[in-house]
Amino acid sequence: MTMAETPASPEVTSAAPRRRSTATDVALVAAFAALIAACTVIGGVPVGGAGVDITLQTFGVLLAGCVLGAARGFLAVVVYLVLGAIGLPVFAGHTGGLSAFTGVSAGYLWSFPVAALLAGFLVQYVFRARRTRAAFVFVAAMAGTALNHACGIVGMKLYLDSTWEQAIKFDAPFWVGDIVKALLVAIVAAEVHRAFPRLLGR
Amino acid sequence: MNPAYLFGVYQPGTTVLHRAWVGAKVGALAVFSLAVVLVRSMPASFGFLAIAVLAAAVARVDLRLLVRSLRPVLVVAVIFAALQWLLYGPVKAAETLVDLLALALAAIVVSSTTPVNAMLDALIRWIRPLRRVGVDPERVALTVGLAIQALPGTVALAIETRDAARARGVRHPRAFLSPFVIRVVARAHETGDALHARGIGDD
Repeated sequence: MTMAETPASPEVTSAAPRRRSTATDVALVAAFAALIAACTVIGGVPVGGAGVDITLQTFGVLLAGCVLGAARGFLAVVVYLVLGAIGLPVFAGHTGGLSAFTGVSAGYLWSFPVAALLAGFLVQYVFRARRTRAAFVFVAAMAGTALNHACGIVGMKLYLDSTWEQAIKFDAPFWVGDIVKALLVAIVAAEVHRAFPRLLGR
Repeated sequence: MNPAYLFGVYQPGTTVLHRAWVGAKVGALAVFSLAVVLVRSMPASFGFLAIAVLAAAVARVDLRLLVRSLRPVLVVAVIFAALQWLLYGPVKAAETLVDLLALALAAIVVSSTTPVNAMLDALIRWIRPLRRVGVDPERVALTVGLAIQALPGTVALAIETRDAARARGVRHPRAFLSPFVIRVVARAHETGDALHARGIGDD
């Protein structure tokens, strides 16, 4: 594939020039979209009886937020969803296409970008230099997890036309796996920030 | 490596649905999804399912693709339907199951009749109005293209790193995940430097 040079687009707004992302930002966003896909495909761990695999998908989503920060983490997850939406088999169960956006668990999928945004915001702007310590990244990852579950519950309530209590009960079994994944995110993200101190510009 | 990465959900064909405009198909799917979620009645559920089945027949969707794509949806749908049965009775359980089937089937029809490239081109076109709020469609296209290119390499990297950890007898997931992520970040930096050296991405 020939990499054509992208033409410079004129600034439409006359406001103060906004900071445009560098080529490395583009590469990081693309790389983490692919990383989330790789985690989803490789990490499937079927739980006997339950219909949903405990995949590393949510691990990848939260990791994108905690490593890349709010904006780039959000964009990486959006790109991942775009890859799945256009038909590539990057979703859980080696599936792709638009069917994942219409199922019972669609609420979780739609909220992935926002969960990454929240986790990234906390790591980047609240914990700042302390992001090299796993304990602080864990708090950010748990915040993202909680938001993801809240949106998943809303999605299930809408699709199943059930009560809030029932939707919450349906969601409860997946908390243990997600807490473990948040721990893994914290450990790995803290190590990445020690390896690449300038990743978040501080 | 999983060969599924080289082929998406798309199934080549020449049916009416294959030739239809991407925007029309996605728009119809969005309207259909809203209708299924908002209308709660038993006869309507079977009506929606009939529409989805008819669309699948018109598109001549491959049965193996249907089975593969429907399996995860079916497993979840059956479990939830069983729970609904216990909690609310058979009518609501059947309605839930049929609704979920109709939604998944309609979505599969759209994905299986639209090539990845066409869907991607359509998406880039649709975000063009966002230019006025600072989103650059060309940059988005570049990012998505890079991500697609990175898919096989990243999966290979994950398998390689995992096998290396296993060869050393290490069982903790950290031994696999930390090196994997650090290698992905390092490779991304190299890619960024290479793009910059070629003058790509500088506006």
